[in-house]
Amino acid sequence: MIEIENITKRYGAATVVNDVSLVVEPRTVTVIVGTSGSGKTTLMRMINRLVEPTSGIIKLDGEDNRSLPGHELRRRIGYAIQGHGLFPHRTVAQNIAIVPVLLGWDKAKIDKRVEELLSLFQLDPTIFGPRYPHELSGGQQQRIGVARALAAEPNVLLMDEPFGALDPVIRSKAQEDLLSIQKRFGTTIILVTHDMEEAIHLGHKIAVMDGGNLLQYATPAEILANPATDFVATLVGTGDRPFRFLSLNSTGDAVEPGNAEGEAIPASASQRDALAELLWSGRPALPVINEAGKAIGRVTVEGLVKRASRPAA
Amino acid sequence: MKLRFPTILRLLVFALLIVFLIRPEWFASVFRPLTENNAPAIYNQGSLLTLTLLHLRTVAIATAGATVVAIALAILVTRPIGAEFLPLSRSLVNIGQTFPPVAVLALAVPAVGFGEKPTLIALFLYGLLPIFENSLTGLTTLPPTVTDAARGVGMTGWQRLIKVELPLAMPIILAGIRLSVVINLATATIGSTVAAKTLGEVIIAGLQSNNLAFVLQGGLIVGILAVMIYDGMSAIEKFIAKRTGLVQQT
Repeated sequence: MIEIENITKRYGAATVVNDVSLVVEPRTVTVIVGTSGSGKTTLMRMINRLVEPTSGIIKLDGEDNRSLPGHELRRRIGYAIQGHGLFPHRTVAQNIAIVPVLLGWDKAKIDKRVEELLSLFQLDPTIFGPRYPHELSGGQQQRIGVARALAAEPNVLLMDEPFGALDPVIRSKAQEDLLSIQKRFGTTIILVTHDMEEAIHLGHKIAVMDGGNLLQYATPAEILANPATDFVATLVGTGDRPFRFLSLNSTGDAVEPGNAEGEAIPASASQRDALAELLWSGRPALPVINEAGKAIGRVTVEGLVKRASRPAA
Repeated sequence: MKLRFPTILRLLVFALLIVFLIRPEWFASVFRPLTENNAPAIYNQGSLLTLTLLHLRTVAIATAGATVVAIALAILVTRPIGAEFLPLSRSLVNIGQTFPPVAVLALAVPAVGFGEKPTLIALFLYGLLPIFENSLTGLTTLPPTVTDAARGVGMTGWQRLIKVELPLAMPIILAGIRLSVVINLATATIGSTVAAKTLGEVIIAGLQSNNLAFVLQGGLIVGILAVMIYDGMSAIEKFIAKRTGLVQQT
């Protein structure tokens, strides 16, 4: 659990983060969203003390984050940034091993961990381990950046626009990978982005920041249904709101009894994808199949449209 | 690796230089037309090989000293604690560069006597600037994401310097050392005006006895050494820069 209590950061007369308090539950993904200059990155960097707050306290699992020297604290917190920040003079394996080496793990354990992480990110350790970062594609570099952040098995992972430099196709793959890794390790992730779409997709909770203030801290559904201010509503984008709302839930939750003709959609797909498929193929209903490929019912345009409407407050 | 023409040419020149230093008399006929009144065609007041080695030693000691001091200064002024010394160090190093080496020699001789010492002082001062400026550039123009990541993974200030900043700045620092070496190779010749054992002796002997062959021999050896060392160090820089991924591999 991360408790941020009345955190303020001033640079001279400018207040970059103004009296922000929020609690991040363990094993969840929290996304901090805001435009540039909103203080979102500064807020995140105060958690691992890359930036020292002017006032306020941040507690990690109940312990003040100033109880350790800054560099020791940072070894316990994963950190991944936009443009990956890999060390260009170190191989992929050496990059991933950075934090374990700093922590003084023995060599066998480090080698095993590097191999494990590379395999986890679908990179062959014997091929990619000895390569240098500039020999990799952007998507591969980004994966190594995340692998490095996870190397010492941190409970908390901070990510600063980690997917910002990726093209859309690789980005959505990277997002799926991140979600499955989060599920697997139960890491508490705090991710900073300016992209509300990404926030809604990844976050269990979203913190919206503007001008140093925390405007709203709530679940994606709540933010979509009841934006706290006009600014939040603008970020959500009124035109996209129903579709984003549908994207929060899986098709399996919208299944109705009955049959339908044509190609089926998996239950794990989002309701937004289901509606898109319905509209595009011009069909009134789609059959839904479960993971085993067995038909479990259908989704209809009518049913999905109902679910896309604003929930009663 | 395929030997290309420039590489072959360099190896040939280098071989020629070695032969000339060991057996200068074999080349007497080449230099004969430059002499008058039956003067000796080949320097005969000492061994060219010994002078060359002493010349290289003087340059090596002076540049090593300048390298240590210049890099240490650059590291100091790029830390938060030493940032206010930046303008001061810049001026000091600039003075070292603008002060003519001849004047340094003249000032140093009364203090430390004749011989190699005043030459070392002059070369040391003269060599500081390129190394200092390049180290400064190298240490202050590191990719911001890399320096941020170095802090973010939990490196201490010392670890960041040793493991990240210096290795990444190394190609640029080496370029500074290379410039300094080449400048000092040429400048070291004037050390012989204060009795330092360098190739300047050959040139000065030639000037005094109006023997163009001597002047040319001294000048050629220094020139070839400078070119060879310049090329060798450039190759090392390129190799390291490739390793660090700072330049794209071709």
